[in-house]
Amino acid sequence: MAVSADEASRPFAGLSDVSISEDIPVEGDISVPMGTSSSNRQRGEDEFSTLDEPVKETILRDLRAVGSKFIHVLYPKRSTALLRDWDLWGPLLLCVTLALLLQGGAADSDDHGGPQFAEVFVIVWFGSIIITLNSKLLGGTISFFQSLCVLGYCIMPLTAAMAVCRIVLVGGSGTVSFIVRLVVVTASFGWSTFASTAFLADSQPPGRKALVVYPVFLFYFVIGWMVLTFSPSQ
Amino acid sequence: MASPNDLQFQEFEEAAELLSADPGASTLSMSASNTSTTAAGGGRGGPGGEDVKLDLSEEEGEEESSELLGGQKPTGGFWTFEYYQSFFNVDTVQVLDRVKGSLMPLPGRNFIKHNLRSNPDLYGPFWICVTLVFSVAISGNLSSFLSERGNPSYHYRPQFHRVTIAALVIFMYAWLVPIGLWGFLTWRQGAERQIGGYTFLETVCVYGYSLFIYIPTSVLWIIPFEWLRWTVILVAMVISGSVLVLTFWPVVREDTKVMAVATVVTIVVLHTLLAVGCKMYFFQIAVHVPSVVPITPTITQ
Repeated sequence: MAVSADEASRPFAGLSDVSISEDIPVEGDISVPMGTSSSNRQRGEDEFSTLDEPVKETILRDLRAVGSKFIHVLYPKRSTALLRDWDLWGPLLLCVTLALLLQGGAADSDDHGGPQFAEVFVIVWFGSIIITLNSKLLGGTISFFQSLCVLGYCIMPLTAAMAVCRIVLVGGSGTVSFIVRLVVVTASFGWSTFASTAFLADSQPPGRKALVVYPVFLFYFVIGWMVLTFSPSQ
Repeated sequence: MASPNDLQFQEFEEAAELLSADPGASTLSMSASNTSTTAAGGGRGGPGGEDVKLDLSEEEGEEESSELLGGQKPTGGFWTFEYYQSFFNVDTVQVLDRVKGSLMPLPGRNFIKHNLRSNPDLYGPFWICVTLVFSVAISGNLSSFLSERGNPSYHYRPQFHRVTIAALVIFMYAWLVPIGLWGFLTWRQGAERQIGGYTFLETVCVYGYSLFIYIPTSVLWIIPFEWLRWTVILVAMVISGSVLVLTFWPVVREDTKVMAVATVVTIVVLHTLLAVGCKMYFFQIAVHVPSVVPITPTITQ
């Protein structure tokens, strides 16, 4: 057709006869916020671009989120804040700290010694993944990453216990120090299990809660065992 | 061209009309208590809803999977999440019942017919194996620590490599032996599926639950008296071996006498090997070892 050249130069010319009915008002401005999730807008903040803010702001915001989750683990209540804004920074930090603290023990023969760095990582992350898959297969409503987030953050009491154990071991490794370590590890293992079930138990179908809690118990038990049996090289 | 009607939201109170228009369509009924949203966007019935089927696609895998799984047809093909969810369709009470059934074998009570009732699950076998791995490794470590208490040159080591070895051995036993046994029994029965034949999942389930008794056994092995250890292991082997034998005897009995006896003996021998092997490797007596090494200490450094 003769107008094809014309249409090529004005690609949207054909739409000029599309009428917009009066009862669909078009308003607002179309600006795309960079780097923020839509949940920011739901929190009532005006659309703004986080590209312009200082780097310190960005980092501090993430750190504050991580810190608030740590506080939620310290005082576990049935709140949804931990679940809603999951992140995996905290678990990564805790896992690396725990694996580093478990090094340097009985390392003269790596065949019979404590867990290697990679072993701790594998146990923590694969353990969390398997427990998450288990709870989803049993019909849980929690999402995959939320569950990873909760399980990772609840390792915090055991990491703290590991730090305490290393300090106690500096003083000596006799029976008294063993009893102190046993008490500390048992208390933090109970705290971890209690904290994570406080977050996870609500999302399970009734009648299956024990089936979901038991693997969590086993997971923290194994980590507690690794913490307790840490023996320094001599 | 899409007509405007297709773009309208179809109210599902008209489901009955739609169904009458096309009786062959698959239907999905959601029970009121099922508020879970699964990742695949489909749904499944609530617990115990084995009769709800969701035809996600025409899959040729459907026939093979129904052969594998006997009484309960899983929903979807093996690449969907719902397929695996159908293996975890158990409540706490049911799992505890099955564990109790594995601890108390009575002659005449077939574990599969009595406890599983065509709802085999994978939860029990998997978590029992995991628990057994850790209990054997930890108890072995504790027992070697206790047996070396008087030795001043002994330095405690956690020995985490044992967890890996225990995991390999136990998971291979719990999966390869049922595969072999199921394949053998299916081959012996020929092409026709007799009523007595067990599906693959039921075989795995029986083996998994029969390993449960070894968990308290391994904890009791910490006590360092040899006579106690051998007594405990004999009791455990008798109980769990009889669970297996009572389960498989009705199937095998229809075969020729020689094959029947040979099969049962093989089952028992493999089970014994596992138990005794675990004991010998993980719970060594202090005699061999000035330093803790595995069974072949011939290489010295």
